[in-house]
Amino acid sequence: MRCLSFHLSARIVLLITLLTVAQAAVSQETPLISGAAGFLSSTNGGKTSFDPTVMPLVAFPITHRFLFETRDSLLESVTPRGGGQSDQTKLFENVLYLQMDYFATNHVTVVAGKFLTPFATYNERLSPIWIGNYQDAPLIFPIGTNGSAGTGGELRGSLYSRSKMSIDYASYFAANVSGTQFKSSRASGGRGEVYFPVLGLEIGGSYGHMFEGNHPNAWGFDVWWQPRHGPLAIKSEYAHGTHAQGYWIETGYRLSRFSGPDSAIGRLEPLFRMQQTFRNSPDPTDGLPAANTQRADFGLDYFLPHEVRINTSYSRSFSSTGNGNIWKTGIIYRFLFPAWPGKK
Amino acid sequence: MRLQPLFATGMLAFYCLLSSAQTPDASHAKTAAQPAKVDAGNPPKQTDVGEQKFQQNCSRCHNAPQELPRRISGTVVLHMRARASLSAADARAILHYLAP
Repeated sequence: MRCLSFHLSARIVLLITLLTVAQAAVSQETPLISGAAGFLSSTNGGKTSFDPTVMPLVAFPITHRFLFETRDSLLESVTPRGGGQSDQTKLFENVLYLQMDYFATNHVTVVAGKFLTPFATYNERLSPIWIGNYQDAPLIFPIGTNGSAGTGGELRGSLYSRSKMSIDYASYFAANVSGTQFKSSRASGGRGEVYFPVLGLEIGGSYGHMFEGNHPNAWGFDVWWQPRHGPLAIKSEYAHGTHAQGYWIETGYRLSRFSGPDSAIGRLEPLFRMQQTFRNSPDPTDGLPAANTQRADFGLDYFLPHEVRINTSYSRSFSSTGNGNIWKTGIIYRFLFPAWPGKK
Repeated sequence: MRLQPLFATGMLAFYCLLSSAQTPDASHAKTAAQPAKVDAGNPPKQTDVGEQKFQQNCSRCHNAPQELPRRISGTVVLHMRARASLSAADARAILHYLAP
């Protein structure tokens, strides 16, 4: 009897799987594999490392209501030691997020699992290596992001969307979870933003509260301005934590006005980012510089055909603990294809 | 032991529920772009609205992929609906633009 019941369950599960696959095969919702592969290098204070990396993303829809998605990072850091010694290598594996999305209503999406903390803009939008213009995150990135992800639940969506204005929101609760890949602190917070498409102006605010340790609060706001008819982009964030605060502002100008986006010049995008952090009181665990720091990042991206991009940057950092130069170069290939073969 | 048939029946019912839940979405496709008005005078085409929504939401962060197979266009939009907090109407308009 038990055996019969098991077989029945197994058959039902198999049937559901086959029906889902069959449905995906005839619709526009075939599961996909996306992400990027890159070869990055960094020279910081005369010390060079090479970081081949892969950041795959898998999205698997289950009908129109549910979406399973995950993004992972696999990076091997290779540091030449010279003097006949073998290279020092270290492998980093990280499940960046693994979540199930339920599209409950037109304006509400329920997320469960490990999700990126919706604080400010960098974590959710610019952290994929195929999107961000710089290899490294801004100095203030640790403020409010709780290590970039939380394990728990999230409500998010669009409150209002018209041609002149849109309002989005995201709120979350993360539980205290131990473990390697799903480690999370008990915290809650949220984010809201208003976007004016005609102006290309976006203003957002974020808040986060942790229910552990000294129960720190974090808040911040961000302003993005990207004029509709032009390749200029200005992005900025300010974040305030218990022991430190800071900001970054980044500008980019794609030279597509010169002979078009596919010309040799038009594929270039000069970049500049200014960052400052201010230390209010010492906290060796918050991930921010130990002393007040100013940093200027000069970047140059080159967009090659076939989703390949070359990133280069030079940064000069000023701090009472020491000044430094950071050089970074990388080549990144972005991929996107169906999870299994079939007709286009 | 008695839970096994119950589990199997539950799974089947769950699948039927999901399958039925997607039907109204398809029938709503025609009304998807209506709330997003561009000009009061001439009602915009659905692809125009979709392009506008694509520029407003997707292009803020990244360039469009150079090639997008039609059969994953729906999955891409679902992914972006969650990631970029798109409304259902905006997501449908963008899908219509990406895979008319």
